[in-house]
Amino acid sequence: MAILSKEEAKKILEKVVNFSKADGCSLTLNGADRGNIRYARNSVSTAGEDSNVTLGVQSYFGKKSGAATINEFDDAALEKTVRRAEELAQLAPENSEFMEPLPQQTYLGESKTFSEATAKITPEYRAQAAADSINPAVPKDVTAAGYLQDSRGFSSILNSKGLFAYNKQTSVDFTVTMRTNDGTGSGWAARDLNDISKLNASETSKIAIDKALMSREAKAIEPGKYTVILEPSAGGDLVRLMLNMNARQADEGRSWLSKKGGGTKLGEKIVDERVNIYSDPWNDEVPASPWSGDGQVRKKMDLFKGGVISNLFYDRYWATQKNVAPNPFPGNAIMDGGTTSLEDMIKDTKRGVLVTRFWYIRPVDPQTLLYTGLTRDGTFFIENGKIKHPIKNFRFNESPIIMLNNLEALGKQVRCVTSEGGPGGGGGLLIPYMKIRDFTFSSLSDAV
Amino acid sequence: MKRRDFIYLTGMGAAATMLPSIPVMGHRIHPEEALRTVDVSLKKQMSDVVLNAARSKGATYADVRIGRYLQQFVVTREDKVENIVNTESFGMGIRVIAHGGWGFAATDKLDNDSIARTAEMAVAIAKENSKLLTEPVRLAPQKGYGEVSWKAPIEKNSFEVPIKEKVDLLLGVNDAAMKGGADYVNSILFMVNEQKYFASTDGSYIDQDIHRLWPIFFLTKVDKASGKFETRNSLSAPMGMGYEYLYARPQDKIQGTTTLYKGRYDMLEDAKAAGVQVSEKMKAKSVEAGKYDLVLDPSNLWLTIHESVGHPTELDRVLGYEANYAGTSFLTLDKWESRKFNFGSKLVNIVADKTQAGSLGAVGYDDEGVKCGQWDIIKDGILVNYQVIRDQAHILGLPASQGCCYADNWSSVQFQRMSNISLQPGKDKKSVDDLIKGVEKGIYIVGDGSFSIDQQRYNFQFGGQLFYEIKNGKIVNMLKDVAYQSNSQEFWNSCVAIADERDYRLGGSFFDGKGQPGQVSAVSHGSTTSRFNGVNVINTSGKIG
Repeated sequence: MAILSKEEAKKILEKVVNFSKADGCSLTLNGADRGNIRYARNSVSTAGEDSNVTLGVQSYFGKKSGAATINEFDDAALEKTVRRAEELAQLAPENSEFMEPLPQQTYLGESKTFSEATAKITPEYRAQAAADSINPAVPKDVTAAGYLQDSRGFSSILNSKGLFAYNKQTSVDFTVTMRTNDGTGSGWAARDLNDISKLNASETSKIAIDKALMSREAKAIEPGKYTVILEPSAGGDLVRLMLNMNARQADEGRSWLSKKGGGTKLGEKIVDERVNIYSDPWNDEVPASPWSGDGQVRKKMDLFKGGVISNLFYDRYWATQKNVAPNPFPGNAIMDGGTTSLEDMIKDTKRGVLVTRFWYIRPVDPQTLLYTGLTRDGTFFIENGKIKHPIKNFRFNESPIIMLNNLEALGKQVRCVTSEGGPGGGGGLLIPYMKIRDFTFSSLSDAV
Repeated sequence: MKRRDFIYLTGMGAAATMLPSIPVMGHRIHPEEALRTVDVSLKKQMSDVVLNAARSKGATYADVRIGRYLQQFVVTREDKVENIVNTESFGMGIRVIAHGGWGFAATDKLDNDSIARTAEMAVAIAKENSKLLTEPVRLAPQKGYGEVSWKAPIEKNSFEVPIKEKVDLLLGVNDAAMKGGADYVNSILFMVNEQKYFASTDGSYIDQDIHRLWPIFFLTKVDKASGKFETRNSLSAPMGMGYEYLYARPQDKIQGTTTLYKGRYDMLEDAKAAGVQVSEKMKAKSVEAGKYDLVLDPSNLWLTIHESVGHPTELDRVLGYEANYAGTSFLTLDKWESRKFNFGSKLVNIVADKTQAGSLGAVGYDDEGVKCGQWDIIKDGILVNYQVIRDQAHILGLPASQGCCYADNWSSVQFQRMSNISLQPGKDKKSVDDLIKGVEKGIYIVGDGSFSIDQQRYNFQFGGQLFYEIKNGKIVNMLKDVAYQSNSQEFWNSCVAIADERDYRLGGSFFDGKGQPGQVSAVSHGSTTSRFNGVNVINTSGKIG
């Protein structure tokens, strides 16, 4: 029952809303079938599937609200859940920031987030993908470790003011790490997709194998400021850190978006004028739901245009305080690319570093958006236009704001997987290859 | 077959950016429902159904975990309650060995038919997985304990404390912080109760009741004119305790440069101090980068122990099972086999202990029915052992598992997770003042902050909450913009002094992440204040826009 159709979901939600005796309620009905396979040491370690449909009820009396959830769908269970949410609402303290649910909205069309091919993935498909990944590793004296997870599901909301929205989506996340058996080389490759037919586990794995073999016996070079060429995963891992553009924190003075003397940096040019980042739910590569979790309409929205901060995200409460229209958190982010190929980026570099990915990225100073982290699984020294040799990994301390002020060139866009959070930190990320000058590497790491 | 409901807490404002994503597992319930329990005889009956079904389908080993996982979160900011969440997750996970391979299946439908079917499914999966095996699972022998139980030694069940009392505490904390000088404050109480029943074909039936609690706050002071802000987080530790952790007692306070807490936590007092200290931080001197002798309080050192000792001594990482996610380890088997690998200075003794009272990792038995104990990891500076589970013990030639197996829910498969890993107190009588006295140029660091370490656990960088400059044996003023960078082995070899047991305290992680799909676990790390010579310190300040 994990994927309910629009009509089936609406029927259940309408039944539930009729049980309500509160001032009002908001309902969510979400479900997914998920599967995964994990392998390490050239052998499958775990594999599984799960299936889940959950109804959430948030009831309110005035400014007091309570929530309850259930995964049983007989009438008695549904009514019990509504009563429980109402009891909890009566117990709750008043929240002066509580917002009543929205009336019906007009959404801008059906999303592109669902793929029939992904919805049909079987355990055999996953086992074959793992085999396709492991098999090319063995003859190269390389050990494979990887993870494939897929999901097919739906999301729907309905409230007592008449709003109803429905979306169905599929996702695939594939990551693979190849390590040479002598322990001196490591490579990584990954794909984040809605449509499984775009996945070639064997080819993706071969990229990781090549990186592992190329990265053997890395040499140490001095830490310092380097020109870097960031593959999209590495660049995406830093760009995504700029995208939590919360207006309230900026207005309160506790964000990198806060302005000296009060107010926010909205409208200010903050990075290189070639930086254009926007959200678009209908993008073919990184499609997103056309509505946000609370039912707001998602539209195409500029985040940075010509290097200028174009929008901040206002939740509905904060928008009333600031007399602006609410602006929901977007479901994806797309950074415009350029025409420079990776080969040309390398050719035009006198002395630089090619970075496959970053790892263990953590905030250091929220005022400057300074983050630290390390390179991993394929870091190479470029000299006089050529990749010279693999180098030992570096720790960086850098702000994506400074990084995007030091932009040299932009290349092809790729949908990327971030290093710890899977796909795009909650939404798809389409990020170009980037060449950056004066990127700060502060120390060396012996890690392979 | 596997059911999990993750609800992510939202609306926590600034606090959300400082925490990992918080997995709230299970369904939301009325707070009073948390107080009912499930009859042990019923759990034994269900377990026997499962074990018999698994054996009859060809399992050579089977275990069953019947888990009821309760969570309560109270989330506030300034004078508002933002969220109160109560959840319950109840179900059964079944793990078997058949044809030499592992299989796992889980269900929340606990009638006899459903659990027997789930057992059959686990056996079928094991048989399927065995086709891809290079060698069969070798399980260390484990005697059955019969019917036994273990309860965390708590004094006050957090779930019995009325929500109003918790809300009043947090709003009081927020008020104290604001009066002290903060402009914004978020405060949260996390409470967890795991009611776990384990049974296996070895003949164990183990009933356990585990409690954990984590009070935290994050406060911010803003200077709009300069556009600068500073933060100060609570100096609390997450604990394997009941609500008594929040009933402050004078004997649990350590008076010094700032008040520190052991065993009990005075959240209100810490919030008042934090309000004042965050204003001091605004005016503090920015650190000059360079080499310093560091005197690290346990509220800071726990995280360094966690990342640089706890993770690299997990045997599954050493073997490569986490290569695609968390990474591997620099502590390879040859270093252990040599019995000469100089992990730290001779003063450094690090012990794994799953029995430590009040710790997050304390249990009577692990999630594969092994009675827990303690063992040396680093002895007089030398690597002597790892953390292992039953199917890894043979790799080290150990006769039995060390009891490091854990699953974060009934629906998750159990695997090797970190034990409590703690630095032992110094043997010579030394106070924190004694440690500071000998330092010519140093920094005393309190509280945990930013943290990052590479995938083999060599290179790390840590921040903190409060930094005090030490000059010629005395604390002279507050510093800011401090982070220390080192290499694990170099760092532990630079350890020149460890305060004695009077200063011993626990810190810990409530949501330590590992595995794919990801699982969380909670683990404590004890230490006394310790001194490390000549550590590289960087200045983290900068300018944008």
